[in-house]
Amino acid sequence: MAGLRIERAPSPVWVRSLIPVFSIFVTFLLVSVLIISAGASPLQAFYELLIAPLTKTSARADILMMATPLILTGVAVTVAFLGGYFNIGAEGQLFAGAIAGAWIGTLVTDLPSTAAIPLMLLGGFLAGMAWALLPALLKVYLSVDEVVTTLLLNSVMLFIVSYLLNGPWRDPVSGWPQSPTIALSGQFPVLIPRSRVHLGLLVALASAGVMWWVLARTRFGLELRAIGKNREGAQFLGIPVRSRVLMAALISGGIAGLAGVSEVGGIHYYLSSTLSNSFGYTGIIVATLGALTMPGAVLAALFLALINRGALSASRELGVPVYLADVIQATLLLVSLSFLLLNRYRIRIRR
Amino acid sequence: MPAVEMRGVTKRFGPLTANDGVNFAVERGEIHALLGENGAGKSTLMKVLYGLYQPDDGEILVDGRAVGFRSPADAIASGIGFVSQHFALVPRFTVAENVMLGHEGGARLNPRQMRAQVMIAAESLNMAIDPNALAGKLSVGEQQRVEILKALKRNCRVLIMDEPTAVLAPQDVEALFAVLRDLQKQGMSVIIITHKLNEVFAVSQRVTVLRLGKVVGEIATEATSPSALAELMVGRQTLAVERNTDHQRQEPVKLEVRDLKLADKRGGLRLRGLSLEVHGGEIVGIAGVAGNGQSELVSVLTGTAVPDSGEVLAHGQPYPLGQPKALPNLKIARIPEDRLKAVISDMSVADNLVLESLDGFTRLGHLGRQQIREHAERMIKDFQIKASPGDLVRTLSGGNIQKIILARSLGQQPEVVIAAQPTRGLDIGATEYVHHKLLEQKERGAAILLISEDLEEILQLSDRILVIFEGRIAGEMSAANADVQRIGALMTGAGG
Amino acid sequence: MELSIESILVLFGATLRIATPILLGALGETVIERAGILNLGIEGTLLLSSFTGFVAAQVTGSLWIGLLAAMLTGVVLCLLMGLLSVTLGVNQHVSGLGITMLATALALFWFRLQYGGGTTPPALDESFQPLQAFTGTPLEPVFSQHWLVYVALLLVPVTAWMLNRTSFGLRLRSVGENPEAADTAGVSVYRVRYEALIVGGILMGLGGAFLSLAQLGAFSHGIINGRGWVAIAIVIFGNWRPGRVLAGALLFSFVQALQLRLQASGIALPYELLLALPYLLTIVAIALVGRNVSAPAALLKPYRREG
Repeated sequence: MAGLRIERAPSPVWVRSLIPVFSIFVTFLLVSVLIISAGASPLQAFYELLIAPLTKTSARADILMMATPLILTGVAVTVAFLGGYFNIGAEGQLFAGAIAGAWIGTLVTDLPSTAAIPLMLLGGFLAGMAWALLPALLKVYLSVDEVVTTLLLNSVMLFIVSYLLNGPWRDPVSGWPQSPTIALSGQFPVLIPRSRVHLGLLVALASAGVMWWVLARTRFGLELRAIGKNREGAQFLGIPVRSRVLMAALISGGIAGLAGVSEVGGIHYYLSSTLSNSFGYTGIIVATLGALTMPGAVLAALFLALINRGALSASRELGVPVYLADVIQATLLLVSLSFLLLNRYRIRIRR
Repeated sequence: MPAVEMRGVTKRFGPLTANDGVNFAVERGEIHALLGENGAGKSTLMKVLYGLYQPDDGEILVDGRAVGFRSPADAIASGIGFVSQHFALVPRFTVAENVMLGHEGGARLNPRQMRAQVMIAAESLNMAIDPNALAGKLSVGEQQRVEILKALKRNCRVLIMDEPTAVLAPQDVEALFAVLRDLQKQGMSVIIITHKLNEVFAVSQRVTVLRLGKVVGEIATEATSPSALAELMVGRQTLAVERNTDHQRQEPVKLEVRDLKLADKRGGLRLRGLSLEVHGGEIVGIAGVAGNGQSELVSVLTGTAVPDSGEVLAHGQPYPLGQPKALPNLKIARIPEDRLKAVISDMSVADNLVLESLDGFTRLGHLGRQQIREHAERMIKDFQIKASPGDLVRTLSGGNIQKIILARSLGQQPEVVIAAQPTRGLDIGATEYVHHKLLEQKERGAAILLISEDLEEILQLSDRILVIFEGRIAGEMSAANADVQRIGALMTGAGG
Repeated sequence: MELSIESILVLFGATLRIATPILLGALGETVIERAGILNLGIEGTLLLSSFTGFVAAQVTGSLWIGLLAAMLTGVVLCLLMGLLSVTLGVNQHVSGLGITMLATALALFWFRLQYGGGTTPPALDESFQPLQAFTGTPLEPVFSQHWLVYVALLLVPVTAWMLNRTSFGLRLRSVGENPEAADTAGVSVYRVRYEALIVGGILMGLGGAFLSLAQLGAFSHGIINGRGWVAIAIVIFGNWRPGRVLAGALLFSFVQALQLRLQASGIALPYELLLALPYLLTIVAIALVGRNVSAPAALLKPYRREG
């Protein structure tokens, strides 16, 4: 009897290394249907999405700017997921960092940038950690599912931001629900003239680099990866599972907090509830597409930023709604999740 | 015509052939023993018969008609029932719900009728069972009875029992056999998977012997003898392992266990005051039927469980109970029961070799990659591991995984070795290698506690043999005076 | 705020209205989780079904077709969850979130395509109207509700009955507790899990439709606004039992209704903090109850037969 048969063994290496290519191809095939329904030509749309932004200097800079928060949240999610801790709370932790950054940013008027900006970053990191602390403790000591708690705390954080912006922090000058503008010394320097690529990009790349080193080259990293792959085995081997997972959850929260500071200090210069375009959730896509590796996360963030930037021009040129970018990202996540199974299973033709 | 027949059945798992062209037939109204060592392929064969596994080759006939089972549902429809070693009960369901599941008889549940039906079925087999009790709260023997009721409820005509006595207390074993004989009288066929000879003679009419996935004999039970069956089953008279027979106990006690007590989650005592001593340069073997506290003893000694009371001493020092991290530093080596819980399968051989002893490979938290690689190369050579340092452990065979565990634990010159089922599922070559390594440690002067369900292994390696029964040491003898009959009696609670 | 009987009755009425979409979502989630699947796709499923229901009703002029479209959307998205988590056995957390992202993006995409980027949300000419049976009676503020409110309340005992008193429910619970046992008992784990997803999808579709077709008669981006996450929390809070899920939904909605009332009466209160209270209470409840007590034992575990 001929038929397909699924075996529990990794697919050949060449198949596995093509997973990103398969995923992108299938995703664009699926999304074509949507583009046609919007009355545009898929080929033209793909040109606008994937190629056009790379041909213009200003658009290339935009990609770097848009990738900045995604690299940070992607790195944050990767660190947690690698340790088997499903931190879905990067969105809330990002806002915690943004609140701290905006607050410290208004206090540092008398300090030079070299002191003000590190202080903001430190504050944001600590705030992200603090917001990640409760679910991490509940997970580690009471085995409470972190997915639900971190998810709920995202909603709570939105209420806190809304409270701050409608109450004590409402901009006294404009009356808009946004916090007072931060001091000049707290505003991140621009890296590329006549663009909005700011210091945050360096912070993001440094975070990815440091975490790469930590995970690949330190005892903590090795032990954390062991826990993520086989928790029971790690316990048997005497690895302090609780403290390692707790630490990973806190680092994850801290890095997500940096994303908030980076948006406040590099782009907006104030806190607002529209600061994040679901960057925390997109971080999950970044981490998954990056196969839970640091170089992968950076590449994935750049790719998603390209699509985001491309969707702007596709919308302008072809009238395809800009939300096309979100559809592509979500589809890409689901498709690549399915293709990632080829790492564990192989398909054989049986006769 | 046989009630069921399997012809030329072959089942492979990757490179491993679990069943190789097996022919097997069971007559109506017969209790048929399927005999073989651990890993001979008995359970796999029966899972094929029950539709849990799809065979790679061969055919199955029920009442002379060829069938192709895609799932247990198909097998059940053909009148085949299966009582696995791991009971397939939903703990939070009542007995009645468990029995009726998949066979409810209508879209609406009728709890009263369900209870009544279960009661009637139980009474027909002289079982006392409360249909309202939660399955998770029942004793092991009761759970097994629920499993038999489940099979009956599905009009089962051929009942497969996978090592049914492995989990039972001796008094329950006789009760079980009585139930099986009742079933036989009602015209049912029973297949009993076992590796215990006494059960074959106690209850079966025919016996099929499997060795390494192949049928090596099919005989009427009354026409054979225990020694003939044993030879078929094992296929080798003795293993070529040199043994130190004139062992003298000169070295001091290195491992001491005093009055250990441990209750399981349901409050049942699994260890009931267990005590033992192991001297340096000595292998002490613990023999016993599975489920008499061996796993719990191993959990305590490997640091994954904390006893409710009692103490453990290693070279006179209190043992760091529940702290697996502290064990390697105290020169305590661990070979656990489930080797896949002792390695990180998705990490490399090199990483796995150092995960237990990272202190020696880290400076200020930074890993010495070069050092780790060199260590791996050395261990691979010393322990003949067929792999390179960068290979993922999950790509290795069971024997090579076990060698990684040996390298990790024995490579550190241990004083105490806890070896639990060290050769389970390994081929002969790997088994002999493990035995050789354990004897080497003994010569070095280490104290070795060997816990094994394989009595032959215990007899071969041990200097002293302790028999565990219901969470206690029921008897002790030196290897020189070891008497299999007496061990058997102690293991089943029959000896004094 | 004056504390008259009238105002208390109005408060109860608002509680029921606010509770309905959350209750429907939470009941759907309960059914699905009892079969062993955590469906974090619920937030997006509510949004997209709310949207398709609205569009279908507007285009065809029939609220009933809208309702049908919403239920169909719920089923399709839950079947997608099944494809990922049951058939492929992918991590349920990430696939559920992915479905929420996808459904949200699709809703926004089609909304922009259909209605452009205007600021006033489109509305239906006619939406499901509250029942008139209690008009003029003193109980009008409480019982003058959309019929879907009563359907949702009725679905609580119906769901409980289905789970506990039907053979489908027994099988559904068995695949959520111990799929190996269910399989050996001849229950098809995949099939039952898909069936649970279909039932759950219908309930979620109803929940989404209630907002756009009855309560608001309009659609906007923020129409769901975290209600799906609340439903997830309420399922845990309610110990996976329909009756207690209802209690959780009512408690949550009461706090919401109270908050709205206080805000409307101009009392200076950090109402956002009040809004956050139910979320924090749920976290406390989860922490106190602990995860292992009553969660379906096989929740989050994909089932795949070996061999």
